[in-house]
Amino acid sequence: MQPTLTVAAEDGRPVAPAAPPAEAALVLRGLTVSYGESAAVFSVDATFPAGAMSAIVGPNGAGKSTLLKAALGVVPRVSGEVTVFGTPLASARDRIAYVPQRASVDWDFPTRVRDVVEMGLYREAGLFGRLSGARARRVAQCLDRVGMADFADRQIGQLSGGQQQRVFLARALAQEAELYLLDEPFAGVDAATERAIVEVLAALRSEGRSIVAVHHDLATVRDYFDHVLLLNVRRVAEGPVATAFTAETLEAAYGGRLSTSHVGEILPAGGRA
Amino acid sequence: MGAEFVQISLTPILIGIFAAVACALPGNFLILRRQALIGDAISHVVLPGIVVAFLVTGTVAALPMLIGAAGAALLAVVLIEAVRRLGRIEPGAAMGVVFTTLFAAGVLLLERTDTASVHLDVQHALMGNLESLVWLEATGWRSLMDPAALAALPEELGRIAVVCAAMIVLTAVFWRWLTITTFDEAFARALGIPAAAVGLGLVIAAAVAAVAAFEAVGSIIVIAMFICPPAAARLMTERLDRQVLWSVAFAALSAVLGYVLAGYGPLWLGARHAVSAAGMIATVSGVILALACLYGPHRARVGAGRDAG
Repeated sequence: MQPTLTVAAEDGRPVAPAAPPAEAALVLRGLTVSYGESAAVFSVDATFPAGAMSAIVGPNGAGKSTLLKAALGVVPRVSGEVTVFGTPLASARDRIAYVPQRASVDWDFPTRVRDVVEMGLYREAGLFGRLSGARARRVAQCLDRVGMADFADRQIGQLSGGQQQRVFLARALAQEAELYLLDEPFAGVDAATERAIVEVLAALRSEGRSIVAVHHDLATVRDYFDHVLLLNVRRVAEGPVATAFTAETLEAAYGGRLSTSHVGEILPAGGRA
Repeated sequence: MGAEFVQISLTPILIGIFAAVACALPGNFLILRRQALIGDAISHVVLPGIVVAFLVTGTVAALPMLIGAAGAALLAVVLIEAVRRLGRIEPGAAMGVVFTTLFAAGVLLLERTDTASVHLDVQHALMGNLESLVWLEATGWRSLMDPAALAALPEELGRIAVVCAAMIVLTAVFWRWLTITTFDEAFARALGIPAAAVGLGLVIAAAVAAVAAFEAVGSIIVIAMFICPPAAARLMTERLDRQVLWSVAFAALSAVLGYVLAGYGPLWLGARHAVSAAGMIATVSGVILALACLYGPHRARVGAGRDAG
C-alpha cells in the first residue's frame, strides 16, 4: 500500500485517503484506460473494502465494465496501479473470481452447464489436472448453490437468461475466491434469479469474502450494497452508500440524465440534503 | 485390395486423410471463433510467397516453394491479427483486407518480374495432384515392412503425416486453453491464460496445416476441410469434445469416399476417365454437411445468434 501511495502522490494528483491495508480488498490508483484517442476511464482512485459488497455505478459509457476489466488485466491499462489484498494483481489471480457480462459470450457454444462451471477450476487443475472425483462433486455443489443442479447436462443455449447468469455465478463459486468481481450480474434476469444471486452474494459476504459489482439499477443500490463508487469516466464519489450515494453525487455523475422525481424514487429517505 | 491397391491408392488415400484431419482439427475452433475464412485467406496468400521464393532461389523445387508459402501465410496471420486488434474490427473484415492485398501483391510481382514466363499451373494450385502421389516401389502389403520400399514413399506423405500428428498433439495439450479462450476470452484473461498467444498460435497452426495440405492436395481441399467437417460435426452434438471427434471422422470419411468416388464413380456412370480426387473429396465433405443440415440431431440451435434465450 504505502509505496503505491507514494508513486501516486509524486504525480501531483490528490490522493484519496487510504483505508488500512487489512481492510482493502481492491485498491485502484490512478487507473486510466483508453480506447483509441479518448479515455474510457481517467485516473480513477478507489478503495473497495474487504468483506463488503461494493457497487460501481454510473451512466452508460461511464467506463464501469472497462474499469472492472482493467482491474483484472483483461484490457490493458494506460497507467495506474491495481492492488489486491495488498499484493500486485499478478500474484493474486488465485484469489479473484470474475463474472463477465452474460451477453459477452456465444451461448450457442457446444458445451454443457457442468463444462462451464469446470472452467472455474482451471487455476488449480491447470492444463492437465483431473476434473473427476472431489472436483466433480464441487462442481455439483456450486450448481446446487445457485439452484441449477438439475441442469448440469443441459447445453447452455437451452437455458433462460437468468439460468445462464446463475451458471456464470456457479463458475465463479467454483473458483473459491476471496474477491468476486461481477459485471452487471442482474442485467436481464428474472426476479427469482435476482433474489437467488443476492442471497448467494450475501452468503459470500457473511463468509468474509469481498464483492465488487458493476450495477445498473439505482433503485436497489441501497438495498444490496455497503459501498459505492460513482463513476463517469472519472471518479465522481466513493464511500459507504449512506454518505457517497446522495442526490448531489448522482447529479454530478449523471448530469441532467436523471429527473428530480427519479432521484426521489431512488433516495426515498435521508439521502436528499 | 492387393499389390495394385498399395501401389496406386494407399498413399493418396493416406495423404488425403492426413490433410483433411490436419485442417479439420483447427477448423473446429476457427469456426467457433468466427474466423473460418482464414483457410480461404491463407490459400490466396500462398501465391506471393511462392513467387518470392522463386525470385530468391530461381528454382521451382518443393522446399523453397514450401518455405515461401509458409512465410507468406505467417506474415498474413500476423497482419490479420494486427489489423484486427489495432483497428478493433471483426476478424472477417481484417482477413478480407489482408488476403486481397497480399494476393494482389502476388499477381503484381508475377507480372512485373520475369516470373510470368514460369509455368504456374492454376489447375495444380486448386486441385493439387493427389493421384500422382503413388508408391510405385511397393509390391504389396509386405512393402510396409521393407525399408527400401518405405524410403521411396512420396515425400508429401511424411510431411503431411507429421503436420497431422502435430495438430492432434497440439489440440490435446492445449485443449483447456483453446476451449476457455474460445468460449469466454475475458474470463480466460482473468484466469491468467495468455489468450492473445492462444489465438495467434491457433491461426499459425492453421496456416501450417493449410500450407502442408495445399502442397499435397491443393487449395480446394484446404478451404473445404477447414469448414465442412467441423460445421457438420457441430450439428451432430452439443459437446465440443464430441464435435472434434465427429469432425475427424467426417474428414477421414470425405477423404476415403472422395478418392474412391473420383476413381470409380465415373466408370460406374459409363464415363471413361476418373475425375479429380481432391475435387471429389471436397464435394463429399459438402454433401456430408448438407446431410447434417437436413438430418443432424442438433441443427436447430445453430445460427440462433448471440444472447439467445
